[in-house]
Order: sequence, then C-alpha cells, then structure tokens
Amino acid sequence: MTSEALPLTARRAGTHRLSPAQVIGGLAVLLVVAAIASLSLGPTGITLSSLPRAIGAALGTHTDAAATREQLVLLDIRLPRTLLGMFVGASLAIAGAIMQGLFRNPLADPGLIGVSSGAALAAVATIALGNGIAAPLLRPLGIYALPFAAFFGGIITTMVLVAVAGRHGQLMVGTLLLAGIALGALSGALTGLIAYASDDRELRDLTFWSMGSLGGANWPKVFAVLPFAVLIALMAPWLIRGLNGFLLGESEAFHLGINVERTKRAAIVTTAASVGAAVAMAGIIGFVGIVVPHVVRLLAGPDHRVVLPGGALLGAVLMLVADIVARLIVRPAELPIGIVMAAIGTPVFLHLVMKRGIGGME
Amino acid sequence: MLTAHAATFRINGKTLVSDIDITVPPGKLVVLVGPNGAGKSTLLRLLSGELKATSGSIELDGRALGSFSAAELARRRAVVPQSTALSFPFTVREVVMLGATVPGFTSAPEHVERLASDCIRTVGLLALEHRLFTQLSGGERQRVHIARAMLQLAIAERPDDAPAILLLDEPTASLDLSHQGVVLEEARRQSREGRAVLAILHDLNLAAVFADELVLLSDGRVAARGTPAEVLRDDLLSRAYGCEVRTNITPAAGVPFVLPHAIRNR
Repeated sequence: MTSEALPLTARRAGTHRLSPAQVIGGLAVLLVVAAIASLSLGPTGITLSSLPRAIGAALGTHTDAAATREQLVLLDIRLPRTLLGMFVGASLAIAGAIMQGLFRNPLADPGLIGVSSGAALAAVATIALGNGIAAPLLRPLGIYALPFAAFFGGIITTMVLVAVAGRHGQLMVGTLLLAGIALGALSGALTGLIAYASDDRELRDLTFWSMGSLGGANWPKVFAVLPFAVLIALMAPWLIRGLNGFLLGESEAFHLGINVERTKRAAIVTTAASVGAAVAMAGIIGFVGIVVPHVVRLLAGPDHRVVLPGGALLGAVLMLVADIVARLIVRPAELPIGIVMAAIGTPVFLHLVMKRGIGGME
Repeated sequence: MLTAHAATFRINGKTLVSDIDITVPPGKLVVLVGPNGAGKSTLLRLLSGELKATSGSIELDGRALGSFSAAELARRRAVVPQSTALSFPFTVREVVMLGATVPGFTSAPEHVERLASDCIRTVGLLALEHRLFTQLSGGERQRVHIARAMLQLAIAERPDDAPAILLLDEPTASLDLSHQGVVLEEARRQSREGRAVLAILHDLNLAAVFADELVLLSDGRVAARGTPAEVLRDDLLSRAYGCEVRTNITPAAGVPFVLPHAIRNR
C-alpha cells in the first residue's frame, strides 16, 4: 500500500505536503509513544517498569501480592483498555474517512447520518431489555450481545438509509444524507425514551453510552471486537481505489472502471461494522471521525492510500491521549471520554471549518 | 468500433433519445451537435456504458456494452466529463494520476509517472502540475481531465487490444480560443493514432473545422449525419435549432461557418 502510494505525492512543491512514508512513519511512532503512556499512566502509580514482574506474575514465577496487583493493573486493565482504545479510535477515523469519500463531503461523519445513533439505540435497548423480555435471546450471546446488537443497529440503520435513498439501483447521496439526519434524530429520541423509562442503575449505564468511556475494557471485549477489526482491515484496502475514484464523482468513478454500486455497499457495510463495534465498546464518541481524516489530508493530501492508514493511526493516538486525560484529570474518578474528546475536538473542528477554502477546499 | 442500433433511452415515461443509429469508427473524430436538451449528453452516457439503453443496442466491437464490466470498459474507453467539482485538495498531477487507477492493470510506477508527465505536458499544464485543482480556472480544469483521460487510455491500451474509445462531453466549454484549438487538436490527434473519438460540441464552427463526421441531434433523434458540408446546411440547422440559420463558406479554407441570423423563433 505505501509503496504504491509514493508516486502520487512524491513531488509536492507548492502544496507543503509530507510524503505518505513520513506521515505513516511519524504517526506510527506517535502511536507507540501514546500506547506506552497509556500503559504507564494511571491513578495507581504503577508504571511500565513493573512490566517484567507483572508478566512474571501472569506466568506464575512471581507470586507476591505486589506482583499480582501489578499484573492486574498492567495486563488485565491497562493493556486491554489500550488495545480497545486503539481499535475504537482507528475504526471511528476509518469510518469517517470512508463516509467523507463516499459523500464527497469533507464534513460527512457516521454520527451525521445516524449510524452511531442507531448503534447506540440498539445497545441501549439491549441493556434495558437484557433483563426483561429479551433476556432468553441475549443471554446465550453473553459478552458478545452488546457489540453485535450495536453492529446490527448500525447495519439496520444503514439498510433503511439505503432503502430510502435507492432509486433505479443507485444511491442518491443527498437523500441519504437527509434521511440519515432524520433517522439519527429518531434513534436519539427512542434512546431518550428508554432512558426516561429506566431506573437509576440502568440510567447510569445509559449515560455511559451517550458520553462514551473505555472504562469497562477487558480481554473478552478485546476478543469480541477482533472479528470486526479483521473485517475492517480486509475491507479498507480494497475500498481505497474506489474511494479515490469517487472523489471525482460517481460517473467519473465508473469511467475509471470502478464498480460504483458495489463500492458504495462495501463502504456502507464497513462503516456500519466500524461504528457499530466502536459504539458497542465505548459508547458514542464524536469528532474522531470528522477531525482525524481532515488532519491527515492537511498533512499528506486526500489520497485514500494515505488517508485510511494514516487516519487509523492518528485516530488510535487521539483516542489514547483522550483516554489518558479522561482517567487522570479527576482521579481517582474518571471523566467520560466523549467530554474530553469534545473539549479537544470542538476547537480543532471550528478551526478547520473557518479555514475551509483556504486549505484548497471549496 | 462503437456502434448504436436503434438505441432508445426512456426514464420516468420521458423519452430522452430514441432510435439512434450511430457509429464511432477507429481513426475518426465524430462530433455530436444539436440544441440544448437534444439528448447529446444522454447519448454520450449511453455510449460510455453509464446508462443502459431501454431498447435497441449499443455494442463495442460487436459485443453488447452491458456485458462489459466497469473495469473492462475502463481499459477500452475514457471519458472527459463536462465539469467536475472536487471537494478535496488534489493537485493537478494527483487528479491526472487517478487515470491510472483502472482496476486490473499494473504498470511499472516509473512508466506511469513518465506517461503522466507526457499527458500533462500535452495539455500544457506542466508548470501547474503541483497546483491545487481547486485553484485552477475552468479551462485549466478541463485540460486536467483531458490529461487524465489520455493517461487512462495510454496505460490501459496494449498492442493486442482493439483500439480505444475517447468520449468528450463539451470539452471546449469555458475555454478560450487558443485552448479550444489545443483541446480539439488533441482530440483529433487521438483519432489519428487509431482511436475512435466522439466529442459533443456547442460551437458549430469548431465542429466544422475538426469533425470527420458530424451528427446533428434534435429532439432525441438523429436529424442529420455526414461530413460537415452535408450537415451544416441552412434548412437542417434552422429546423434543429428552431431559429433562422444561414451557413457560409469561407473562400480560403473551404469549410462551412455558421452565423445565427435571427433570434426569434420561426
């Protein structure tokens, strides 16, 4: 992918762009730093220097209480939390980049067309009904019930959208956008209705979904998102060529030999999977999908061969940073990550909106 | 060779083009003219494979166009669109390089880069190749798309392949006089290299100068076809355009030129 990407942006006099290798390499280094920080920082004061003892405890060579505690904090809490944060950030960024490419609109976002809200509604409904009528259905799924519910919530939302916006076998992008906004509002209202009818304990759970958190991360959750991560990793490279063609327009993409309808459907399924799994794990977290692809485009240009992998890396970095802030700023308590992300994302987003047109966008 | 037999396209009960017979042979520049709403763009979209004929057939070398996959078609024909807005900051060179994204074709990157440079040079944009597409004038954008289509064909064509097709949807719209010439010279050069080229033109004088064959479309039907001298006649044009038109011959070049003589409808 990267070797193929080189020719496109190898010469960039006058546009102040970094090469794909620089961007990907730089972000990969940043991600390693952020991951180490995420493993090292926390309210307990345990740092990465305890890692050998923690691994020893996991292997049974260290049995003292301190080592067991370090094993618990480093390997059973922070490591899955870090991995999950990377997955959530990367998939939200990829979903945003795909949506923006599909709609040829730099402001498109899965949150905008209701996919996130649909996924959250399904998750909230699963919680609310999990102990009631839906219990026999959900209990066998165990830990997988929530991510799959959210995933199908996202898929169902997108399927309704496709049904509404499909004419003569084609997807009307403008209609899709408007229908998505309406569906998102409806999902939000239904989520609110469930919240209204919930008891205090459920309400606390539900808050988690509307503001987002990586607090509940554990190994089973990491394994639960694995199939989604594999799906996205397989689909995203396949989508690159089509998304690049789409930037010229749908007709032009067809002229370039791209199967337009198949690409659109693949893009929508990939987005729903990314968003559904991310929402299931961490609730609704805004701004990542919209800000991250923007930043990568400003750095390296709009070629999806850079925007998708670069976006995934930067999304993961941003999520880890926001999570570190979320768990340190009011320790030993934790802020919902959505609040932190909004605090970081809003100024960046407003800045981007005001700069539009200057950065070469119309 | 691209051919349409009795091709008709209907949508929502409206017939946009009907009963079209047209042939775009290799080595020729066929120019499609006609008033606004005559169905020129619809016909071009049928010929590009973007739309499927409601009845009749469109064939590429005797094979139904609909049986080609998008990728197969892209290796045989390129399209220069009327106008395209880009929402993302691509440079000129990057847009041209999109022409090299035809699926199933792999070429050495250096070879592709060299071909891209040739195409950009041909349309006279080498000095602007790192400029952002969104900062270009309309005419410059048009030339970028032509370079992109040229690259697509240059890369996709192999010696054993049948000749490629180039379709241009009003390539000279928003161009000044000299660049109109540059673009149509290039279209003609493409045809002389053995490609089948079809262009929609609004300017009948340009059409007269460059067309090997003219097709006059009116109300979705072929009103006339032939050499410029055969098609650019007072009666045919006046009827098709719904206004009084008189053609004249310049003594020196011997090609017809056109002047509208009356604004009012007859």
